[in-house]
This record gives sequence, C-alpha cells and structure tokens, in this order.
Amino acid sequence: MLIGNYKESYDSDEAIFRTPATRAWMGAAAVAAILFPFVAGDYPLYMANLMLVLALAALGLNILIGFTGQISLGHAAFMGVGAYGTAVLASRFGLPFWISIPAGGALATGAGMVVGAPSLRIKGLYLAIATLSAQVIFEWVFTNWTSVTGGIRGLNVAPASIAGFRLDTDERMYFLILSVTVVHFLLASNLRRSRWGRAFVAVRDRDVAAEIVGVNLFRTKILAFMVSSYYAGIAGGLWVYFTKVVTPENFQLSLSIQFLAIVIVGGLGSIKGTVYGTIFMTLVPEMLKAGTGVARTFWPDAQSYLFPLRDVVFGLLIVVFLIFEPHGLAEIWNRIKRFFSLWPFKK
Amino acid sequence: MSEGLVHLIQLLVSGVVTGGIYALVAMGFVVVYKATRVINFATGEFMMLGAFFAWTAMSAVQAPFVVALLAAVAASALLGMATERLVLRPLLGQRTISIIMVTIGLAAIFKGLAQIAWSGDYRSFPTIFPRSPIELGPILIPSRQFYPFLIALGAIVIVGLGFRFTRTGVAMRATADDQMAAFGMGIDIRRIFSLSWSLAAMTAAVAGIVVGIIGGISPQLGAIGLRTFPVVILGGLDSIGGALVGGVIIGVLENLAGGYIDPMLEGTSVKEVVPFVVLVVTLMVRPYGLFGTREVERL
Repeated sequence: MLIGNYKESYDSDEAIFRTPATRAWMGAAAVAAILFPFVAGDYPLYMANLMLVLALAALGLNILIGFTGQISLGHAAFMGVGAYGTAVLASRFGLPFWISIPAGGALATGAGMVVGAPSLRIKGLYLAIATLSAQVIFEWVFTNWTSVTGGIRGLNVAPASIAGFRLDTDERMYFLILSVTVVHFLLASNLRRSRWGRAFVAVRDRDVAAEIVGVNLFRTKILAFMVSSYYAGIAGGLWVYFTKVVTPENFQLSLSIQFLAIVIVGGLGSIKGTVYGTIFMTLVPEMLKAGTGVARTFWPDAQSYLFPLRDVVFGLLIVVFLIFEPHGLAEIWNRIKRFFSLWPFKK
Repeated sequence: MSEGLVHLIQLLVSGVVTGGIYALVAMGFVVVYKATRVINFATGEFMMLGAFFAWTAMSAVQAPFVVALLAAVAASALLGMATERLVLRPLLGQRTISIIMVTIGLAAIFKGLAQIAWSGDYRSFPTIFPRSPIELGPILIPSRQFYPFLIALGAIVIVGLGFRFTRTGVAMRATADDQMAAFGMGIDIRRIFSLSWSLAAMTAAVAGIVVGIIGGISPQLGAIGLRTFPVVILGGLDSIGGALVGGVIIGVLENLAGGYIDPMLEGTSVKEVVPFVVLVVTLMVRPYGLFGTREVERL
C-alpha cells in the first residue's frame, strides 16, 4: 500500500515516472509491447499499428486543445499534409523513409504555422470555424491538385527500407511505428514540464494573465499549432508507409472529429488519457462489429445496422462523456487507482 | 438578349435560390447563437430530420403537403426543445470546445438514427408543384427551384416579423442583448433558451424540406449544414439581417464560380471551396462579419 510519495530533490519531483510502482508498470508495458507482435495474430497487429498512428496524431491535438486551449477542427488536414509530403518525396524522388517522414512533418509544421497565425486575432468559436475552413480547403487541394497528389486515385508508395532491410510486413512496421510514437510521447511529457509547456498551460488558463507574467501570446500559440501539426504530420508519414497508399478520403473532416473525440473521451490535457482514448475509441467499433456478428445468427439483418449504429454510439460517447465525465477516461482511471491505493482502509 | 447575358442571369437566379435556403438555415443558427452563444454543428442534421419527418407524413399517411410541412415543423420544434433541455443545458457555461463537441456528437447520433429509421437510400418527395418552369422572358426558373424558394422566403418573412413584433420575439431579442437585464425584467431565460432551440429546429426543418424537394433526401443531406458557416460568419454571427445578406452573397458567388470557373478547369469543382475561401478572408479582414457586433478585445 502506498501511503505517501515523498520527494527529497527537485529531480525526483520533476521525474516523468514518479513512483517505483509506475516505473515497474512502464517496464512491464515496454516488455509487453516488444513481445506483442510475436504472439499476436495479423488483425490485432494491424489494429495495434493503427492505434499507435492515431495516438501519435491525437497527442498532437491534445497538446493544442488540452494544453494550450486552442481549438482545431482541421487536425486531419495536417496529418494529410504530412502524409502527402512524405508520399510525394518517397514516390517521386525516391527518398528513404528516414528523410521523407521528417520532411513531411516539417511540411505539416509549416501548414500549422500558417493556419495558426489567425489565432492571435480570433479565438474560441471563430478559431474553430477558421480551422474548419482550413480542413475543407486542404481536403479540396488533396482532391484537385492532381499533378502532385494524384487526385482521387491517390499515390502509391513502396515499402520503407533501411540499408537493404525492407519494412514490408506489418510486424516490421510495428517496430518503426512503436519507436517513433514512444519517442514522441516522451518528448511531449518533457515538453509539458519545460518553460514552453508551462507557457501553453498559462495561455489556456487565462491568456491575459499569461501575457502579463511575460508569456508572449502570439509566439506561444503559434508554437502550439506548429508542435500539434508536426505530430500530425509525422503520424501522417507513418500512415503512408503503413498503408502504402494515400487518398483524399483518408483525411476528411470525420477523421478530425475522430481525433477530437479521442482527446475528449481520453481526457483533455492528459498524455496517458490520449492513449486510453485512442484504444477505447478504436476498440468500441470493433466490439460493435463483433456484437453484430453474433446477432446475425438469430437476426440476419443485423449487419446492415452496423454502420449507423457506429455513428450513434460514437455520438453518444461524446455527449455522455462531456456531460457526465468531462475529464475523460484518465480521470476514471485516477479514481480507480486512488480507491485501490487506500483499500481496504477507506470505505 | 445575348446568350452570355442569359447565362449570367440564369446563374444569378439559381444563386439567389440557393442563397435563400442558406439564409433560412443561417437564421436558425443566428437565433441560437444570439440567445445561448452556442454554435450548432448539428444544424444540417436538424434539416435532414425535418425533411424525413415531412417525407414520412406524405408517403406513409398520404398527408397533403401543407399538413406534412406543419407536422414536420411541429415535430422538429419538440426535438429542438428536447435537445436543449437534455444535452445543452447541463453544459451551460462550459468551455467552447465542450459545447462545439457536444453538437458534433449530436450530429453523429441524428445521422445514425436516421439511417436506422429510414435506411441510407435516396428518396424524393412526391410531385407537389406544377411541373412547368416559370418563364421570365428568356430566363427559365425550374419549378422545383421556384416554389421551394417561395416557401423559404415565406418562412424567413414569418420568423423575421415574429422576431420584430411578437412579445416572445421581443423577449428573445432582449435576452440576446443583455441576459441579466432581461432576467431582471421578469423574462424567463430558460424558456427563451428552449424556444430559441425549437425555433432553430423549425427553420432548419423548413430548410431541409426545401432542399429535399430540390435535390432529394438521404441521411447525407446534413452535409449542407457545413455550408452555413461561411454564411453566418460573412453576415455576422449575431445578425439576422446579416444571415439574409450573407446567404444571398454566398449563394450567388458559389453559382458564379460554378458557372464560369469550373468549365475552365477540367474535373475540378471550385464551387465547393469558394464559400470557405470567402470565410477565411472574412475572418482575416473583419471577423465579426458585415453586420455583426464588433467585440473589442485587445491583447
């Protein structure tokens, strides 16, 4: 039983994993993550890759919304910019993935800077609508700039390879995606305890007060947009090598909404919440699919209700979480942890 | 008249028709925003449900069009009220992101439910109006654009007059102007909130029926709701007059772009993106729109 968590130095107070128990669990999770592809089947492996990519992009959105309090309805567009940047560099110029993915990320960062620029003048609802129009305009460009993006048919990309070793199976891609995502999650944890991370939170909590204590609002907001779209861009680049094809349908408004749902259900401003949110929002449709599969045995029509039912459940989750559990799964998890850390001495 | 001129006038006419529909939807949007400061991302889904209500009344019960229209409007009013009471009120005073997301969630629920209730198929209203087009000299207005436009116009006039002259309308405007003062004068704010939502749902239902008559109904009809954002931002989020002007401007621009630019660029549709380009320009130059209240805030 954990009675207290005493800190005797600044280092221990600032540590990312603060208690021995956390460190032990993280170690176990790391071992499990490395062993996972050797025991899991094809489909779970595919789902794991998908979730890792989505989690990376969603973390970017959480930095923007949860840390900095800026709204974006165009996150999928930034992911698309990164993906197309990566795909064009890889397929047209034959660049290896370790150049094309960061380059795609840089391109997305630039796009984020441009879209984020109005955030100084407009905020709240207006910013939501501005980013919404960015989403629509980028989507349109992906579809219509045929000479570069390949239009509706999209672009095909050869599997990533390094020093002759081809990452052409989901299993091999898993390790690339896993390592990139884990590194970026650690970076985000570090960002939060840095000067910039605290500036983000200050801007979120009260922009005027932040300005008064010396936070440059414009630079902070722009930086938040850049970091956020950089994450989305890197996730887009990984997506390209994972699915081997990019089309405009991959990065529509619905994906932006999916990211928002992940962030809200997981917990705004919580890094581990992003992970919970991604897992939850990806597994719920899978469970519905399994459920309708079972229902089909005694009700043949069940399958045709799967897609609309997914919409309904998706919407219900957003509404119910916002009304009853606004801090998301991260808060539920904390509550459970608190309960068990004092159990059985607390009723 | 030369052929080019006829083409131009034809485009303008269909632009005004589209603009009238945008204006009607935008009006409901503005009413909700004025009263409750909520931006309703489910507007398009309210339209879609309204259209389906009317379609069901006409095809299942064989109700005449006017009855179906009124029934759909009444049902939507109840739906709007229920939405406000059950979903929006618990979130009063919450962060903007929560309010936006909750209406997005609602949109997903409505869309899914409509697909379950009416399936994803395309449907069209039975023939309601005379089929012969309206001729104004060399200009032809297709009847399925002309009569629905009249309905939209009628709804706009009714709502506009009601807002201006009825007791409830005055109360709604007072609430929008200054909530505390209105409350102090004995206006029941909660009732106004719920009325605003039902009014928005009603205008959306009429707009949905109009769109449904012109282009058919499916659960995807709600996608058009997205296009009201350029309209309301251009006109000013809290201005009903602005919604009208913005609607017509966006409708006309869209059709002009579709008529003149699209044929030059093969295979692209500039029409879809023009309203959003206007939106971005508006936000950069004049974020409060043409007629909106200017909120002075310096940072």
